[in-house]
Amino acid sequence: MTELNLVEAVNAALSCGMSRDDSVLLLGEDIGANGGVFRATNGLQARFGRERVIDAPLAEGGIAGVAVGMAAMGLRPVAEIQFTGFIYPTFDQMINHASRLRNRTRGRLSCPMVLRSPYGAGIHAPEHHSESPEALFAHIPGLRVVIPSTPARAYGLLLAAMRDPDPVVFLEPTRLYRLFKQEVVDDGEALPLDACFMTREGLDVTVVAWGAMVREAMLAAETLEGEGVEVEIIDVATLKPCDFDTILRSVEKTGRCVIVQEAPRSNGFGAEIAAEIGERALYSLQAPICRVAAYDVVVPLYRLERDYIPSVERIIGAIRGVMEGA
Amino acid sequence: MGLHESMDTQIELVQYLSVEGALLVPNAPVEDEKLVAFYEAMTRGRLFDGKAIALQRTGQLGTFASALGQEAVGVGVASAMEPRDVLVPSYRDHCAQFTRGMSMTECLLYWGGDERGSDFQQCRSDFPNCVPVATQISHAVGAAYAFKLRREERVAVTFIGDGGTANGAFYEALNIAGVWNAPVIIVINNNGWAISTPRSLECAAPTLAQKGVAAGIECRQVDGNDVAAMHDVARRAIAKARAGEGPTLIEALTYRLGDHTTADDATRYRDADLVRRAWTREPIARLRAYLLGKGLWSKEREALLLKRCGEEVENAVAAYLATPPQNATAMFDWLYETLPISLRSQRDAARRYSAGGSHD
Ligand SMILES: Cc1ncc(C[n+]2csc(CCOP(=O)(O)OP(=O)(O)O)c2C)c(N)n1
Repeated sequence: MTELNLVEAVNAALSCGMSRDDSVLLLGEDIGANGGVFRATNGLQARFGRERVIDAPLAEGGIAGVAVGMAAMGLRPVAEIQFTGFIYPTFDQMINHASRLRNRTRGRLSCPMVLRSPYGAGIHAPEHHSESPEALFAHIPGLRVVIPSTPARAYGLLLAAMRDPDPVVFLEPTRLYRLFKQEVVDDGEALPLDACFMTREGLDVTVVAWGAMVREAMLAAETLEGEGVEVEIIDVATLKPCDFDTILRSVEKTGRCVIVQEAPRSNGFGAEIAAEIGERALYSLQAPICRVAAYDVVVPLYRLERDYIPSVERIIGAIRGVMEGA
Repeated sequence: MGLHESMDTQIELVQYLSVEGALLVPNAPVEDEKLVAFYEAMTRGRLFDGKAIALQRTGQLGTFASALGQEAVGVGVASAMEPRDVLVPSYRDHCAQFTRGMSMTECLLYWGGDERGSDFQQCRSDFPNCVPVATQISHAVGAAYAFKLRREERVAVTFIGDGGTANGAFYEALNIAGVWNAPVIIVINNNGWAISTPRSLECAAPTLAQKGVAAGIECRQVDGNDVAAMHDVARRAIAKARAGEGPTLIEALTYRLGDHTTADDATRYRDADLVRRAWTREPIARLRAYLLGKGLWSKEREALLLKRCGEEVENAVAAYLATPPQNATAMFDWLYETLPISLRSQRDAARRYSAGGSHD
């Protein structure tokens, strides 16, 4: 057992995946000798060679497109997009091809690729390095969208993504890369996809979050515990297809729900969760559903970053609000 | 090539058969039996094409993209491939796909709105039609890389139109193909038009073939209405790629004799004289003249061929029209390998409210 931070866990998962399956290969910008700008692929080219850890030309659409071709021919490419602000050129390939290939060919060809990228704010990065586009991908039928919230989940979910027979968009909260360490057993065991994690049990209110927001929710829950409020926390983990059943069961138990997302508020994934609760668990609610989100603004340059990201205080405020509604 | 050497961007047009069907080189670089087979394949493609348009006009097929006049490109190139190779087509490449083994019924099903048309029973590794222009090139490069990595002697062949080469996705893929020395052949089907936009408004370069120069890959320009030249250049490019010597970009000069698709009316933007002149250069009459001149073809053989292809087309149409529609739940069947739990209720709703699929 080793203590790993999240980016080390990503590295361990890639390494394990490559050593157990020859068809796995990595491609991306600066992922070879440099080990990726965040070092997620550190040491992998030295271990697995240039043919399987490819420093790709600086062309995001092309990277996603060649990954589609590789995957259709039986490889399992894991493509790194250096920062999420530059993931948008991959949309064409992910939406028009990766997500559809199996359906279009009635299963004759499929696209078992992973598109991984650091995402989210909180690292004092330049423009276009802090976006949260998960809802854009989560809208697309045929894709999986997976976001880990801890090193152990990053390890297990990335292994699962690499073994998944369909295309996965794997977004890694950059802020968590080096924020904390955790015991990670590097035993090649994957965690389940399409399943939420019950991260903290409680009876009073359900907080649904993913990625870096799970940690903020945990901090909020610890504060509120002192006030006698028992917060249950669900880490969504796979946004598409989403395990709403676990979320609904929790809301039926607690009667209250706060959804926390780092992405801008409107048309985000939180709205989807709220709608699902509204359709299927409305009468269990003792208070209106509440969303805590970033504002509907362009991610600001870093001096205002802390005001943009939902803070522990905002989450606490929202939880108090739904508790008062009772 | 050293850093400061210059590259010759002058690209020579390859042509073996004159517009009148006369041999322009000392020895025919393609065997006579092969040329006869190409003639039959091109005729088969053209008959199918005409029938597909007729089906669309009578409301029995959706929008269809005709390959009228471009048969030599598809037949010439695909006939140089081996079954183990992989074709990554655009949406106008049924002549190549037929050569690969796609059935006429499958082609009709696809344009008739049924995904099963892309579930080719013969060429199982070939990609389905690609509608977003230029995005398919990177798939071919990725496929080629997979072959190279596994040390398989297979190549990927892909097609793109002249307009498509203006798209960024084309350049990205071309560039990657060069860097990776991928066993891929990229064929530009330069038919002069991108819907109504002529070649001259798509690109100011003298040839489209030279776009490969900047990617560091071999570039060829061929008379795309000369099936012998098309086949020979493709054959060499494929052999080269198979030997590990890298990609080739081939520009085929042809002409779109029909409308862009059945939803288009080319008379709105195209001079009828141009089209009349283009008909004097088309690939099938040219090859027929050559074959007749060499005593390899006859009126009798022509009549037999037309009869045989006509029957094949009719049988394919009958099979297409008789294919019962898929159930509404088929939308869900192949979305993911296993249907996610969260989609089960949607599939049930589709079953409950199914309107029943139809051809129109
Ligand atoms: C990316 C993209 N933009 C626009 C279209 C709509 N469209 C379909 S075909 C076409 C013209 C393509 O011309 P060309 O590449 O020369 O091929 P051709 O149809 O002549 O074979 C356009 C604009 C498309 N399919 N894809």
